[in-house]
Amino acid sequence: MLKRFLMALVALVLAGPVMAQSGPLRLTITDGVIEPLPFAVPGFQAENTEAAQVASDITRLVAADLSGTGLFREIPASVFISAHSSFTQTVAYADWRAINAQALITGAVMVAGNQLVVKFRLYDVFSGSEMGGGLQFAGTVDGWRRMAHKVADAAYSRITGEGGYFDSRVVFVSETGPKNERQKRLAIMDYDGANVQFLTDSTALVLAPRFSPTGDRVLYTSFVSGFPRINLLDVATVGTRQLQTADGEMAFSPRFSRDGSQVIYSVSNGGNTDIYRGDIASGASTRLTSAPSIETAPSLSPDGTQIVFESDRSGTQQLYIMSANGGDARRISFGDGRYGTPVWSPRGDLVAFTKQNAGRFHIGVMRTDGSEERLLTASFLDESPTWSPNGRVIMFMRETQGAGGTSSLYSVDISGRNLKPVTLPNGASDPSWGPLQP
Amino acid sequence: MTFLTKAALIGLIVATAGCTRPDRFGAGGGAAPTTTAPSSTELTGVNDPNSPLYFNQTIGDRVLFAVDTSTLTAQGKMILDGQARWLQTNADYLAIIEGHADEQGTREYNLGLGSRRANAVREYLVSKGVPASRMRVTSYGKERPIQVCSQESCYAQNRRAMTVISIASLS
Repeated sequence: MLKRFLMALVALVLAGPVMAQSGPLRLTITDGVIEPLPFAVPGFQAENTEAAQVASDITRLVAADLSGTGLFREIPASVFISAHSSFTQTVAYADWRAINAQALITGAVMVAGNQLVVKFRLYDVFSGSEMGGGLQFAGTVDGWRRMAHKVADAAYSRITGEGGYFDSRVVFVSETGPKNERQKRLAIMDYDGANVQFLTDSTALVLAPRFSPTGDRVLYTSFVSGFPRINLLDVATVGTRQLQTADGEMAFSPRFSRDGSQVIYSVSNGGNTDIYRGDIASGASTRLTSAPSIETAPSLSPDGTQIVFESDRSGTQQLYIMSANGGDARRISFGDGRYGTPVWSPRGDLVAFTKQNAGRFHIGVMRTDGSEERLLTASFLDESPTWSPNGRVIMFMRETQGAGGTSSLYSVDISGRNLKPVTLPNGASDPSWGPLQP
Repeated sequence: MTFLTKAALIGLIVATAGCTRPDRFGAGGGAAPTTTAPSSTELTGVNDPNSPLYFNQTIGDRVLFAVDTSTLTAQGKMILDGQARWLQTNADYLAIIEGHADEQGTREYNLGLGSRRANAVREYLVSKGVPASRMRVTSYGKERPIQVCSQESCYAQNRRAMTVISIASLS
């Protein structure tokens, strides 16, 4: 597994095309994807009548997850030769080869009361063999979307050799009202915009939430007192408490340490903004920067040893990396314009950022030494990148121009492909993508 | 505008404010007829130089900044001179200074930028004799625009520091 992961990384670095290989089925995700891999999903078999509707819903969602990556293309059922109506029947490989389905996903669904059981198998059509063993997921009927996401994650993972990201959630700021009277609430959603739940009301301005590494807690900036302070929210109980932070006029920009026990954040005092590290349990804080400039938007490396952050110590916003204990920092951004909101990738190899140049905003990525900068988007205002758990996709916010301007969430591959909006009932900003759920 | 003109103008404003200041107690020094007791609206109106309304509208509760700067302009300092005099005269009032930014910037950077702007105002007011203990600063970054267009005409109004006065406690 590790070898496969490393091979995918190497392929990413070498930036070749995506290839559906002539040997065993393998989609190697690389930069210039040419052709999505065709797959077929015959309707999952309903093992009892109560399962009919949910079996159909799960089938459609598995297909939507995979197609939504831009890496896979669903072959419509209208051209199927085989019905494959039973989960246990022998696969007629020739029939699937004939319509050029390279991957075949089959499943069965049973409902007993509120209990739901989903089984799935994945076949490499051209090799004429099953990929991995069958899998079974059990849960409750109202959790059917998660089960579909788990099936899609397993298929994605087996075909690409990389981790999935469909069974994950995003915490974000839900927005309503006009620009000069905007109401903001913390909310949580599935990665695809489904199951929106509000975590706070709109009585106090809230900004920039961040998920804990395990997705059980959220740090965010609250203006409940009129002065920015850092709050910690428990997702299960929706209980919040204000964190004790270093003395200062304002505290904001909080992020969890990789073990979830500490918070890296900014404090402003006398117009000077610096980065601190605090212990969540004890409230004790250590100052990490001391320049008389704005140091904020910290992001820890996956191994927890380094922090990438933004600073205008050079005169404009740029990206810097320092030790997680503070000290000297080295600048990594040197292109035209200003760079902010750096976020270290889960794999550790890239930093996503917001770039402002010539009146436009971009989401981009660069290597941690600042090389190979690539801009993935461009618009009036793109901001706040966050990584999918597998490091393949970046979600961000896009705000439209003018008096009626609104914010919404978008996602894009780190190749710059597959830019698309996340469909939500209200405006949305400041996404933070949580981990793959257990 | 030359320095001398500005100085003359400031002098004129001060002099005018001095001349038009009404008697706060409305009694003109003599016994006030009970039938003409002043209403509370007169006491707090824009014409009363000790009213919050006078502070907000006549003196001006906000100063503006150029793009990505926190340097006070000459016009800004003139407004702050008026704020400082008002705050010294009206010692019961406390001030929260809010820094704001336009939408052309990232959210957290703009919080820092607003903090710089608010502190530039606070420091100036302190230099003019307003006790630091009567002021607190905060920043809303780009979260509270007062103009909503995406053009410089609106941005210029949104890049501001607002001095919000109240008799309430600061804590």
